[in-house]
Amino acid sequence: MPDSKTAFSFEGVHLELGGRPILQDINFAVKRGEFACVIGASGCGKTTLLRLLAGLVKPTSGSVRLGDQTVTAPSREVAVVFQDYSRALLPWRTATGNVSLALEAIGVPPAERADRIAPLLAKVGLTDHAEKYPSQLSGGMQQRLQIARSLAQDPSVLLMDEPFGALDAMTRQSLQDEVLRIASERHATVLFVTHDLEEALYLGDRVIALYSNPGRVARMVDIPLPRPRDQLATREHPEFLRLRRELFTVMEEIHA
Amino acid sequence: MRRWRGIIVPLVVLLVAEITFRATVTMSDSLAPPSRAVGALLGALADGTLLANTARTLAGMLGGLAIGGIAGLAAGIAIGFSETLRRASFLTIELLRPIPSVALLPLSLLIFGFGYSMEIAVVAFATFWPALILTQNAVAQIEPRLIEVARLMGLSRLETAWKIVLPAAAPRLMTALRLAAGLALVVAVTAEIVSNPQGLGHDLMIAQETLRPERMFGVLLWVGLFGWGKNAALLRLERWMFSHRGEVDTSVAA
Ligand SMILES: Nc1ncnc2c1ncn2[C@@H]1O[C@H](COP(=O)(O)OP(=O)(O)O)[C@@H](O)[C@H]1O
Ligand SMILES: [Mg+2]
Repeated sequence: MPDSKTAFSFEGVHLELGGRPILQDINFAVKRGEFACVIGASGCGKTTLLRLLAGLVKPTSGSVRLGDQTVTAPSREVAVVFQDYSRALLPWRTATGNVSLALEAIGVPPAERADRIAPLLAKVGLTDHAEKYPSQLSGGMQQRLQIARSLAQDPSVLLMDEPFGALDAMTRQSLQDEVLRIASERHATVLFVTHDLEEALYLGDRVIALYSNPGRVARMVDIPLPRPRDQLATREHPEFLRLRRELFTVMEEIHA
Repeated sequence: MRRWRGIIVPLVVLLVAEITFRATVTMSDSLAPPSRAVGALLGALADGTLLANTARTLAGMLGGLAIGGIAGLAAGIAIGFSETLRRASFLTIELLRPIPSVALLPLSLLIFGFGYSMEIAVVAFATFWPALILTQNAVAQIEPRLIEVARLMGLSRLETAWKIVLPAAAPRLMTALRLAAGLALVVAVTAEIVSNPQGLGHDLMIAQETLRPERMFGVLLWVGLFGWGKNAALLRLERWMFSHRGEVDTSVAA
């Protein structure tokens, strides 16, 4: 049951789009500061789940709650990082300009923006690229920029939709660690969508696996691995291997 | 070298015209050799009459383009974003759009009399439609993700139009501007030929009526150069504005 420690919750959420049930009977709550990962087959409704929480879609029945409020529209408390960073960034604004957009939206006076942008770009390692346009940045840098922009609105909940799906393995690992560091520094609540089981285990406090057609919660598993996580040690941890084995069979069931 | 290769064909054409003319025609009230046309053009430039007329045509063209373009832009954005507005305006637009702008010259003359107003009104009418249609098109092609980003950040409608929609559509809008400016020149000169006694179109008519073909060809050459220069300037502006985005559409010439 949701209490004051609940960051957000899905309560009996049912969603139909175009007369087709997309999500059914979704019930779970995520605590403040928790890092929750959602996994499931492609098309099972992961993105839609995230869009419900972002206030971009309304449930057909049931309610999505953010703290003690029902979500009815997008809120500044919730920021979204999309997988397709090249489409989500404004190509006509520099890195600085892109971060500035979020500050403009929350009404930060022009004189104060520079002082807030610099530390955000520094946090994601883009200080030397502040005046570059997105087209001049690599994929990993563009995704870092999108993360910096999402942090600019100072959200309490961060939604990430397969943010590293298009990146190479090395970039992916360093971004995973950056996101973990940022989330723990800010005590942010994160809902992280991925189709990569190992990524979910590495990042999450909890993994929520979804069935397809319609999307339902198949399994929720706590990940009691020690933090801070480490790319080598965590992935070799016996508990990691045990959970991977356990969830692997769930994934097989999901994809069947 | 490459850049200048394009000039070979027109030069050859002029040369052939000059030779043919000298070989066959001795006196003419309707034709003049290129050499005399260029001479007349230089003379008209030197005595200031051509520049004065160019300024008048430019004023009619830009005045109309500003009004028609801005109105078309605003309407295009509004219609592009509202299904209700699109439905409500569809029939009106499809009925009004096919009216040739030149057919409105008598009406415009009746309302405004001679002068800038009548010309500006007709140019505005002519450019409004491409501005409207191309803006609607440009808005329809905006990356939907960007509109979503604006919604998530809580930007107001006006902020979204100003900070997302306009800059996102800008490359296509600049192409639209180039097309509309070409049309504006055509309509302005036509208005001056048909009814408005000023500007380059009127200059052409006077040359014709006073049997001075060399001036007529000189002015024609000038109108051509003017249109080319305007287009080249807009293209440069476009490249300069959008070079870092790598999405300038130069395939559509005006
Ligand atoms: N606006 C929409 N209208 C109708 N169906 C949709 C809409 N958006 C998504 N869907 C459908 O909902 C299902 C889940 O989509 P999505 O949430 O994108 O899945 P995932 O992110 O897990 O790949 C898909 O079958 C998709 O076709
Ligand atoms: Mg998805």
